[in-house]
Amino acid sequence: MKFIKIDKESWAKGLERLDDSFRLFGPVKQDKFHNFKELDKGELPDLSLLNTRLSPKSVVYPQSEVMFEYTLDENKEDHHILKEIDKDYSPRAVIGIRPCDAKAFLVVKPNFDAPEYKDPYWIKSYEATTFVGYACDTPCSTCFCTPAGCGPFHEEGLDLLLVDTNDHYLIKVITEKGENFLSAAGWGAEVDADAASDQIETMRHTAEAKITSRVSTDELKDKNITDLFEASFWEEAAFACINCGTCTYACPTCWCFDIQDETYGYYGIRMRNWDSCMYPLFTLHGSGHNPRDTKIQRVRQRFMHKLKYYVDKYENGIQCVGCGRCIRLCPVNIDIRRVCELMNSYGG
Amino acid sequence: MEVDDFILIEQSSMVNSKRGIKVQNPYLPYPVRIDEIITETEDKNLKTFKLVFINPDDEEKFAYKAGQFAELSVAGKGEIPIGIASSPTEKGFLMFTVNKVGLVTSYLHAMKAGDIMGIRGPMGNWYPWDIMEGKNVVIIGGGFAFTTLRSSIVYMLDPANRPKFNELHVIYGARTPGMLLYKDELAEWEKRDDMNMHITVDATDDPDWKYNIGFVPTITDQEAPPGDADTYAIVCGPPIMIKFTQPVLDKLNYSNDHIIMSLEMRMKCGIGICGRCNIGKEFVCKDGPVFTLDQLNMMPKEY
Repeated sequence: MKFIKIDKESWAKGLERLDDSFRLFGPVKQDKFHNFKELDKGELPDLSLLNTRLSPKSVVYPQSEVMFEYTLDENKEDHHILKEIDKDYSPRAVIGIRPCDAKAFLVVKPNFDAPEYKDPYWIKSYEATTFVGYACDTPCSTCFCTPAGCGPFHEEGLDLLLVDTNDHYLIKVITEKGENFLSAAGWGAEVDADAASDQIETMRHTAEAKITSRVSTDELKDKNITDLFEASFWEEAAFACINCGTCTYACPTCWCFDIQDETYGYYGIRMRNWDSCMYPLFTLHGSGHNPRDTKIQRVRQRFMHKLKYYVDKYENGIQCVGCGRCIRLCPVNIDIRRVCELMNSYGG
Repeated sequence: MEVDDFILIEQSSMVNSKRGIKVQNPYLPYPVRIDEIITETEDKNLKTFKLVFINPDDEEKFAYKAGQFAELSVAGKGEIPIGIASSPTEKGFLMFTVNKVGLVTSYLHAMKAGDIMGIRGPMGNWYPWDIMEGKNVVIIGGGFAFTTLRSSIVYMLDPANRPKFNELHVIYGARTPGMLLYKDELAEWEKRDDMNMHITVDATDDPDWKYNIGFVPTITDQEAPPGDADTYAIVCGPPIMIKFTQPVLDKLNYSNDHIIMSLEMRMKCGIGICGRCNIGKEFVCKDGPVFTLDQLNMMPKEY
């Protein structure tokens, strides 16, 4: 295992050098809130924050993305035929992604990269991205990454792990992709691996001890889908929900999308946009029938998808990394930890 | 066996960006031309579209089985999931019968022969043709849900396929004679001696009507053979028809794994990715649309 030390002075210099070979994304403060965005030349990621308001899933999977273009002008030979457009899949790196958000990409991967069908947009963006994780020293009260199968220093889904030791950064090299990123930055001050590893381990234990949320997920797999579906607690769990959809937009593991055509004169595009199971239109049939036309059905769908359907379908744990965004941002204080406990303990 | 074949075909034409093979985009429709539009019903709300591939090679890539569906794509309007009404044994064109209900279907109804549109697919699973080989097949359909059933009947009646199946019974009903789909074919099938065709309407004042009058469940009760290990029922129709046909099939001793149904859902991607058409952990677009009643009974009642 290889560890690199970076003085904080050479941090900016390295990032500047990386600008030639990578599109850099990082957290920056926009208006009142931090969010991930593509960094302008010379712009530094702001690593002073706990985590961004929205997850960095947009780096790989933008909220709106053009898929095809077409012309409706019948004088053109290829009118009404959809055409692929050029997209930028040059190397990109997301700097300062928290380990929970990085693992989220592995959680959604089986959906976009299934054996039978491959989503080319997600896969190409994902493969083009180097994930430079930023270890979490001060998890907050809504974080439950450890019980969700992740952690503040978790390495799954990361190419590099960046640890702030106050006077310098320590980088743990996890993959070859990460190694290439380091050489492009010109960061190569290798340090004693044992000492660095011990230091990081100590910090990891301290950080993990700060996560006090306890959520049990161990029984979910053994529950019967239809029993849980018909459970009596859904009405109460959904009671306060106003179906605003904030939870699904903020979530790093929510992946649902809509496909829409937009036309400007003769020119048009087909695009996809994040969608949300919280909205009635999501499942409304042309006939007017709607299999999920009540709030309870939609709230149940969100939790059942994350904590039961996904668990059964992929045998990859729950579809949640414990980032806590949905808990912090919910206007009516619906708490996935509580719903998970209800589900996990249902029927004794 | 057939499912494995299907996945193999899909994989061979699939992305492997790591190996640098050109990525085939499953969202990109094949361009097609509307060859013919037939108004099917007296209310003019159902039209059949015959589509021809603009690039002849695409027809081979679109190899399908009876019971599958496709996304019809109209540039500037969007896409709709529609069951394939033509049979794999009919070459040179695809056929879809579309009910006018929303944005895309209304626009489609106003299009004309010669117009260009797109098609993605084939999608979903199909009726279990391998399992039904050598068995009796009872097709029970109502209203405009008869499209993939037409595909199935034409497929089974193909001279190369008919010997593979034992008895073939078809019960098909609509509200009135004018609301039946594919009227010319129905009349021809009625004359054949290698199938038992039972056409019915809910009501009619036409003195020349020579077929049944009565709801589909009633005619099923009168005409369907009793259920046994060698008899499969394929049921497609409006929810009310399904609700009242099920007790009839129970009475006739059809077991739940011999009752086959095809579901509809709002869909976008059609390939199990966009997340909206699930019933429990199954996606109707990818794991369906065809399920046995046995399978449906294990899934949440959310359809």
